[in-house]
Amino acid sequence: MGWQWFHRLGSPRWFYEKTNAWIPWLALLSVALLLIGAIWGLGFAPADSKQGNSYRIIYIHVPASFLALAGYYIMAISGAVGLIWKMKLADMVMKSAAPIGAVLTFIALVTGAIWGKPTWGTWWIWDARITSMLLLFFLYLGVIALQEAFQHQATANKASAILALVGTVNIPIIYKSVDWWYTLHQPATLKFTGESPIDSSMLYPLLTMIIGFYVFFALVLLMRTRTEILQCERKTRWVKALAGGQAS
Amino acid sequence: MNVYEPSQNRNNQDSTIQAQSLNTPGVWSGFWATFKRDGLIAVRHRGEMANPIMFFLMVITMVPLGISPEKAVLAMLAPGMIWVVALLATLLSLDGLFRSDFEDGSLEQLLMSPQPLYFQVLAKVSVHWLVTGLPLTIMAPLLGVMLSLPSAGFAPLLASLLLGTACLSLIGSIGAALTVALRKGGLLLSLIIMPLYTPVLIFGASAVNSAVEGFPIGGQLAVLGAFLAVSIILAPLAAAGALRISVNG
Repeated sequence: MGWQWFHRLGSPRWFYEKTNAWIPWLALLSVALLLIGAIWGLGFAPADSKQGNSYRIIYIHVPASFLALAGYYIMAISGAVGLIWKMKLADMVMKSAAPIGAVLTFIALVTGAIWGKPTWGTWWIWDARITSMLLLFFLYLGVIALQEAFQHQATANKASAILALVGTVNIPIIYKSVDWWYTLHQPATLKFTGESPIDSSMLYPLLTMIIGFYVFFALVLLMRTRTEILQCERKTRWVKALAGGQAS
Repeated sequence: MNVYEPSQNRNNQDSTIQAQSLNTPGVWSGFWATFKRDGLIAVRHRGEMANPIMFFLMVITMVPLGISPEKAVLAMLAPGMIWVVALLATLLSLDGLFRSDFEDGSLEQLLMSPQPLYFQVLAKVSVHWLVTGLPLTIMAPLLGVMLSLPSAGFAPLLASLLLGTACLSLIGSIGAALTVALRKGGLLLSLIIMPLYTPVLIFGASAVNSAVEGFPIGGQLAVLGAFLAVSIILAPLAAAGALRISVNG
């Protein structure tokens, strides 16, 4: 009985109609959280004793990095669900998650570079974390490229789900080997200074931003998935009725 | 021997005899059949076999021309350069792993056969490694001489390439299977597989580097061996799944 919701997920139409009401709430919540977090973090949180005001980019950088990795797992898990239970909706979620994750990874890389310039004096450094983020970005690009390459949407979904799963197995290995490679080649001359326990006056706006980014991710994922549903089901009666109803 | 003979000792009627009575060859004979077939095809196309090796040789020739012919510079670059080029040569050769079988329809026969696809893929990948990874490994010391690799690095280069190229073939087979149905799969194959190659490259090149600097390399070789073990178990599974998707849609 408890699994009814799971079986209902098999119907994109049910999902589309159910989530109709969620969009405004999610939008409101994410905008509110992001605004509060950004104003709090950028305007009111104290400046860092060593880095001055330049540290404030963490209010974008850290949440984006969180979501970059979480997004990959969301993509891979929904890909696995699509492969195992042949659930169309999961495939659509996977397809929608890939570009969002790639953009967030890119934001994390760019903000990291911008932060690196005043802090380390260089835009780019072959640090373990940065390198593994770059490789994560490549993995995302691979999944998107594979999606694009197939003519047939169902085949594209299955193929990219397999690639996403293979990537999931590899992410910890890549992360550990890059970490190992870095520590082997360069002694730890540069370290993330922010590793010390962060003060609560900086932590709370950061947490607000992280939660805001999560909600925003959910919102965009939902919107993209809904568009994907309409696109895939465009020949069904209910989508035609929906489009016709809105047009008239 | 006819197993339906009444005088047959019934105690012997284990699964192998039942399998034979159904005229289905066992897993290993299926493996050997594909292995021999692919090996024979490879041997009859000797020209194709030489291509990755020529690529390897030519790119390595570009290095002193492009950077510097000085011995000290080359010796520093040699371990990483040889590894990177071996990786690229493997990538370029991977596109053909399933393609000709896909085009002439024999891949579909493989999918329909009662043989487990896992072992069929493993057989194909083994042949691929024998005709690309192994020759690349054997060629590597020669290129090491050309790039004036210090003598301490030769044995580790051989050992790391021996383990590493097998990993590369196995991991690459996933990409080859995913892109086999695509008309222009070659470049895409490189794009999706290269990030997955980074751990192998890191440990392979670092084994040679450590040996040149006089450090023990047991750790790196052990990790490469672990990669190989894991890829033997998992990569053919993923490649088999990908083949089914590519062929059946």
